[in-house]
Amino acid sequence: MVIKTEALTKKYGKLTAVDQLNLEVEEGEIFGLLGPNGAGKTTLISMLCTILKPTSGRAWVNGFDIVKEASKVRKSIGIVFQQPSVDDLLTGRENLAMHNLLFGVPRELRKQRIDEVLSIVNLEKRADDLVNTYSGGMRRRLELARGIMHHPKILFLDEPTLGLDPQTREHIWEYIQELAEKECMTVMLTTHYMEEAEQLCDRVAIIDYGKIVVLDSPQALKNKIAGDVVKLKQQNPDIDSLRKLDYVKNVQEKDGLLYLSIKDASKHLQDLLTHTGPIDFVEVRSGTLNDVFLHYTGREIREAEAEGGFWERVMKR
Amino acid sequence: MSEIEGIYAVWLREAKIYTREKERLISSVISPLLWIFAFGAGVGSTVNVISGYSYQVFIYPGIAVMAVLFTSLFYGVYIIWDRKLDFLKEVLVAPVSRASVFAGKMLGGATDAMMQGIFLLIIGIFIGVPLTPLVLIQAFLMLLLISIAMVSIGLVIGANLNSPEGFSLVINFVMWPMFFFSGALFPVSNLPAWLAGVTALNPLTYGVDALRGIILGINQFPIYYDAAIMLVFAMIAMGAGILGFRRM
Ligand SMILES: Nc1ncnc2c1ncn2[C@@H]1O[C@H](COP(=O)(O)OP(=O)(O)OP(=O)(O)O)[C@@H](O)[C@H]1O
Ligand SMILES: [Mg+2]
Repeated sequence: MVIKTEALTKKYGKLTAVDQLNLEVEEGEIFGLLGPNGAGKTTLISMLCTILKPTSGRAWVNGFDIVKEASKVRKSIGIVFQQPSVDDLLTGRENLAMHNLLFGVPRELRKQRIDEVLSIVNLEKRADDLVNTYSGGMRRRLELARGIMHHPKILFLDEPTLGLDPQTREHIWEYIQELAEKECMTVMLTTHYMEEAEQLCDRVAIIDYGKIVVLDSPQALKNKIAGDVVKLKQQNPDIDSLRKLDYVKNVQEKDGLLYLSIKDASKHLQDLLTHTGPIDFVEVRSGTLNDVFLHYTGREIREAEAEGGFWERVMKR
Repeated sequence: MSEIEGIYAVWLREAKIYTREKERLISSVISPLLWIFAFGAGVGSTVNVISGYSYQVFIYPGIAVMAVLFTSLFYGVYIIWDRKLDFLKEVLVAPVSRASVFAGKMLGGATDAMMQGIFLLIIGIFIGVPLTPLVLIQAFLMLLLISIAMVSIGLVIGANLNSPEGFSLVINFVMWPMFFFSGALFPVSNLPAWLAGVTALNPLTYGVDALRGIILGINQFPIYYDAAIMLVFAMIAMGAGILGFRRM
């Protein structure tokens, strides 16, 4: 077990950002943390990488206790923060050189590693410019280059591809997958791009209000929850009777449209339409991780919500 | 080995930024000039010769200490900016001890302040301060010791505060009393008892006394005694700095 938490908790005053969280991540795994804004993903990662002290509970990274053996934990990890943290007043290359010194990269490897990561993120041409002349995406790329440069045993990535163009994103994922395989590196990442999680992660955990709501491989989650999605438009739909059908897993209404998650649409669509009666519009597609995410976390945007939300949704299920 | 490289990495960053930020360079040249020429010459015209030196020369060691004191203490504000801009996180997750991070920052600040110190020593030669090579070396070392102590104090304050505005407020309460009650501007030999008591408690008094002794040969206490007190003070300040960084 490369990462393990036991009832890990972080409170900010009254607010519980991470709530009694238990989690185990295996060596070599690419593990995704998904969750709405404010779910506690960054707080969890900050505790695991020793910048934040837990309020209670324990956790081990690479076998080391994150509180008692923080310096050993730090020797094992690399991290790309959600908030930009490259140094504006240094050049890209200077940022990387400083990182080499701080993370103890052996002298004879330093230059080679810098050149290697610069070419992965396509920054060779701008490497000697001050970072405050970079675009937002270029900074992000530099930051990623820095996080992977010392080949850590465990890599934490907090929304690493935020604001990157699709080309760069592909490129970076290829490299991270390769590195994970070659060096048996474990990756824990957060992202709001569901396709990314689907494509990359061996397992994902959806967290909300500081707790794990569900944890499984993306495929298993899709099979269990999403199935196929039917989008319907109808005057005065009878939602309750649709819910009672045994192949219907979930029904949600939004903007006058019904979204039904059903098992195997090719088999059940005809039957479904006999139950709905006349409709104005229908569209069928196979389910995605996005549907799974919305199923577990609801559709509303979080900032506006009060404390009660979590329990309300738990009771509904 | 890796700790030393960590210290070097943090120091190198500070040094590079110091040379890149023109404002820092310019202010470290301008402000001591103003003090020596405007203040020293202006007040000097109304004050009699003290201990055989013109007032401008008499306060020269005090001005040198002051310039180093101000720059050193104010350096602590950069740690707040580093934290605000999240730059510091990269250093705090590195497998380098907090003591080394502190040492790197502290040496960075001391470098910054000593650039000014060196500049002041050079001006001294031109305004008729009796500076032989040996005196220059001793004065440099004494200023360095003061700077190390004061940068550490600044970093302690910076590590415990979250806003640059709060920092300025606190630092003013530290800096001005320290400066005024240090004898930098007046001889401490014939002060009223209460003032003499306050100056005796101020560590900077011994720094000023030592420097004046080294440069002008006017000192109230033996120089080794002054230096020992400054050294102990610097050690305590560094210890507090390391503790402050551990909690950051
Ligand atoms: N320093 C802090 N002081 C007080 N509350 C905080 C602090 N940092 C985070 N929080 C709160 O803790 C909760 C979890 O925040 P966190 O940053 O971990 O969310 P997140 O899952 O990373 O969200 P996002 O997707 O927006 O990055 C939020 O409600 C946030 O307001
Ligand atoms: Mg976050």
